[in-house]
Amino acid sequence: MQLRPRLPWREPAPGRRRSSTGILAGLLVLLGAACTGAGLLLAGELSPYTVEDRRSGYTYLSEENQRLQDDDFANPGLLWVEHGRALWHQADGPTGTSCASCHGDAAASMRGVRTRYPRFDPQRGKLINLEQQINRCREQRMQALPYPYESEALLALTTFVGWQSRGLPVHVSIDGPAQPFFEAGRAFYIQRRGQLDLACTHCHDQYAGQRLRGDVISQGQSNGFPIYRHTWQTLGSTHRMFAWCNTSVRAEPYPLGADEYVNLELFVAWRGRGLPVETPAVRR
Amino acid sequence: MKCTITRQTALLSRRALLQWLGAAGMLVVLGPAGAWATPEAVQQAIRQLIGTREPQPGGVTLRLPKIAETGNSVPLTVTVDSPMTPEDHVLRIHVFVEGNPEPVAATYHLGLRAGKAEISTRLRLARSQTVLALAEMRDSSVRSGAASIVVTLGACVEEVWGN
Amino acid sequence: MAEPRVRVPSTAKQGEIIEIKTLISHPMETGHSRDVYGRLIPRHIIHTFTCTYNGEEVFRADWHPAMAANPYLAFYTVATESGRLRFEWIDDKGTVYATEAEITVA
Repeated sequence: MQLRPRLPWREPAPGRRRSSTGILAGLLVLLGAACTGAGLLLAGELSPYTVEDRRSGYTYLSEENQRLQDDDFANPGLLWVEHGRALWHQADGPTGTSCASCHGDAAASMRGVRTRYPRFDPQRGKLINLEQQINRCREQRMQALPYPYESEALLALTTFVGWQSRGLPVHVSIDGPAQPFFEAGRAFYIQRRGQLDLACTHCHDQYAGQRLRGDVISQGQSNGFPIYRHTWQTLGSTHRMFAWCNTSVRAEPYPLGADEYVNLELFVAWRGRGLPVETPAVRR
Repeated sequence: MKCTITRQTALLSRRALLQWLGAAGMLVVLGPAGAWATPEAVQQAIRQLIGTREPQPGGVTLRLPKIAETGNSVPLTVTVDSPMTPEDHVLRIHVFVEGNPEPVAATYHLGLRAGKAEISTRLRLARSQTVLALAEMRDSSVRSGAASIVVTLGACVEEVWGN
Repeated sequence: MAEPRVRVPSTAKQGEIIEIKTLISHPMETGHSRDVYGRLIPRHIIHTFTCTYNGEEVFRADWHPAMAANPYLAFYTVATESGRLRFEWIDDKGTVYATEAEITVA
């Protein structure tokens, strides 16, 4: 049986002609349609799935999974978006406030937010990611308990907030006070670890696009997170992904929310600068 | 009593099957011996649902990808060619997954009010196999259709890492 | 967790065949997976889905572990009269998840 390689320069199926610009235009139209359907004004701001040599994980998916991600009903990640929407309006804590009390309509107030995280937090003198920022607001503004990392509620809110930036290009700041943490993230990325003695760069730079047994290795971009991952059969965060990758090379994973992972998150986000936010993306 | 299959299936050898399974350095754990559905179990499951009736191939179309990059979520659409009139309509559609630990995937009860004999869903497939659909018609006949699929990363048999 | 998702046209013509899409959050644990310790995770799936149209059942599905997690199902029904469609999912623990949608049939 003829297997089709999942690379942008693949042979078209017999009887069908395709051009990569045609695919790109098609993807842009799809993304535009999806975002327009989501009520976001994105004229002229759509980001393509490939920017220079940086490729979103979307481009490594089968057609079926690309279609699933683009499906504005059946994308399973949307279940978390809806749950997040409900939580956004739900009062919590002794102040009786909700996210909406301060931030109003998320489509307006949260637009573009996810593209800038993780960011440097002057309050604690280190980086803060979106999950931690949500918990910060809960603790400090609502006097509510923070959600545990990777809990359904935190995933739902992070996905809901991330979704408001769908299609916008990732654009994190790595200079100024963020710089040393960015460098720490880069150091993590090229550090060998685990019994298999591999660093992130080995798979995701050196062997991206090639096969690892039955799977194709992507560039390991984070623009789609939190993602609905088929392997997990649920939605998961970047930190869960990092922990999974570390475990896969037989390295002890860091706790979710650890500084090491937040620094890595900034480096990985920078590595995928310009790629569109696809939250909630569908991945294998 | 064999079910006829409308499309040629390229069955994989055991070695080829093992080469297909596995992913990203993860250990693949096959279940305890005898965990897979045997052909006899599949036949028994079919008999339990349609009795002694002999399925006739034709009129049942499965839209299933030829290759699934993950067996955890495989889109399937089953369409039965039927006018859906009081005299001629589909009562039930059964979907079988003979390569999974359990051979029956689902039964859909349609009836006259369905209007169109078509369902779409997402399957979980443990390995490359042939998916079979049987449609029970109002006149007690049974029609069948099938499609084969290669599953690159199987479901059901991977360890859950808990992370 | 979240409400189940359904997509039903809000209006339809008398006798029109309408497509209904449903999606619900559920692990659909097969009973064949193992955890990090090698123990089998017990089966926990939605086994029955029903759709009633003004109280009358118009569609039913019996599900087995071969259904993917967070199960998606699309089916058809004839728009006979205005009213309410009720969707119910029942799982192995007896939990019933339900949601409804209104339809206006001209």
